[in-house]
Amino acid sequence: MTDKFDKEPADAKPSAAVSKEGGAIPPEAIKAIPVRHYGRWVSGVVVLALVALLVNAFATAEKIQWNAVGDYVFDSTVLAGAGRTLLISVLAMVMGVVLGVVLAVMRLSKNPVTSWVAWVYIWFFRGTPVYVQLLLWFNLALIFPVLNLGPIYKDEMVDVMTPFMAALLGLGLNEAAYMAEICRAGLMAVDEGQTEASHALGMSHAKTLRRIVIPQAMRVIVPPTGNEFINMLKTSSLVYAVTYNELLRATSTIGSTSYAVMEMLFVACIWYLVMTSVFSVFQYYLERHYARGSTRNLPATPWQKIKANMLGLGRERGAGA
Amino acid sequence: MTAMVKAEGVHKSFGAVQVLQGIDLEVQTGEVFCLIGPSGSGKSTFLRCINHLEKINAGRLYVDGELVGYRQKGDKLYELKDSEVAQQRRDIGMVFQRFNLFPHMTALENVMEAPVQVKGTSKAQARDRARELLDRVGLADKAGNYPSQLSGGQQQRVAIARALAMDPKLMLFDEPTSALDPELVGDVLDVMRDLAESGMTMVVVTHEMGFAREVGDSLVFMDGGVVVESGDPREVLTNPQHERTQAFLSKVL
Repeated sequence: MTDKFDKEPADAKPSAAVSKEGGAIPPEAIKAIPVRHYGRWVSGVVVLALVALLVNAFATAEKIQWNAVGDYVFDSTVLAGAGRTLLISVLAMVMGVVLGVVLAVMRLSKNPVTSWVAWVYIWFFRGTPVYVQLLLWFNLALIFPVLNLGPIYKDEMVDVMTPFMAALLGLGLNEAAYMAEICRAGLMAVDEGQTEASHALGMSHAKTLRRIVIPQAMRVIVPPTGNEFINMLKTSSLVYAVTYNELLRATSTIGSTSYAVMEMLFVACIWYLVMTSVFSVFQYYLERHYARGSTRNLPATPWQKIKANMLGLGRERGAGA
Repeated sequence: MTAMVKAEGVHKSFGAVQVLQGIDLEVQTGEVFCLIGPSGSGKSTFLRCINHLEKINAGRLYVDGELVGYRQKGDKLYELKDSEVAQQRRDIGMVFQRFNLFPHMTALENVMEAPVQVKGTSKAQARDRARELLDRVGLADKAGNYPSQLSGGQQQRVAIARALAMDPKLMLFDEPTSALDPELVGDVLDVMRDLAESGMTMVVVTHEMGFAREVGDSLVFMDGGVVVESGDPREVLTNPQHERTQAFLSKVL
């Protein structure tokens, strides 16, 4: 990384310089009485009261066995389910991003055949529900009992189209259509002058795209892609329908046998929240990486902010004493 | 002396708008050739035709004796493949009005990019050469800065270094100082003056009459897509023969 941050504190006291130059009376620091924001206090109390009521309602509900939630959060079946949710989401997303970039480039290509193919792909996969697509993949054996790729590969379709494969293809191919549109927007957001400058240096179309345009498009592509991934983590619960044993299926199975239906749904919620939260942190750093060059100084990471604040406090005290 | 650039009846139109209506001119090897004229006169478009960023509609355009963008066999013209066009552009450096530095790369990486990616120069070698070039344009200490951390004048000098890194035989300047604060113009012109003294063939679209007079070897005044007047810059600028040139110069000088 090429982080650069100012070694000097941003709040270098300007008052000293002013007083020296002005010569006369040093300007007095303003000590005004701040505006009172009564509305903030009132709304704060109201919100706290409502939260307390809600928490109380759940905590005292006799039908919820809270200990069941605690017992099953780290249950091995649940953990395995969460792991599969993560696995299928990551793989489907990787598939979506790679295919999405290819489709976006095809769509923007001057070649009418490739741009038309990309258009039709996006039209179909964006135009039909992902749930239906999952079922289509899962039931493919009904119309093609044997997968025959000529001399390369031949096998029974039911052996190929496992729940995992159906889930991966269903989620991944659907995601690609959305990613294609996100990538297209990113590619178009890069100034045309960049392509011209690159061409003027003798760089080929492919090199221009890979070295100049895509890295700059990433800044526009990454935030909505993070959004898509968080969406994917949750949409992956639909693969319940193709009997892939992910988080929701794992918790529901336990729930229906142990009569702790709601409790197990809470467990699922906890794990979905954990995964989306952890990813949000990761996304922050990814966006920061692709912000290189677009801002003069990269935004500080939370850790750097804490460090800077601590140092700032120390210095101020030192100066005061 | 041989002609580095030779234009014969070059025409260019954007849809129904005729931008170039028959340009004939020759740029000699080693000379600084200035193109002046009001905006919309087609001077920038002509410059962009020289490295085939724009396709010409009629006429012939040669760089170093080679037809730009086409191959002639008998009396038939064949369009060059993209890779062949790229090959032609390697030898022609271009500097843009809006710099067009790659914002996600440092100044050094900007200068290194084309030699490494296009010529296959080793990174170490490209880095040494890039440092040398940045030093030449007076920015050795800015090598690690991103373009957004540089002033306009510094960015334009990096852009010149970037173009020079490909060791071009011809440099095209498209109003290189028009987007700069007045006080930053001088630094860029100094670099261009040095470059001219080193014997580089340069075609410069400019509004800097002082530069044209001082550094230019030839000057062309364009208006309405045609060459109105051409000759020695000092001659044309001090004693314009054509009415249109007189009117233009009276406004800018």
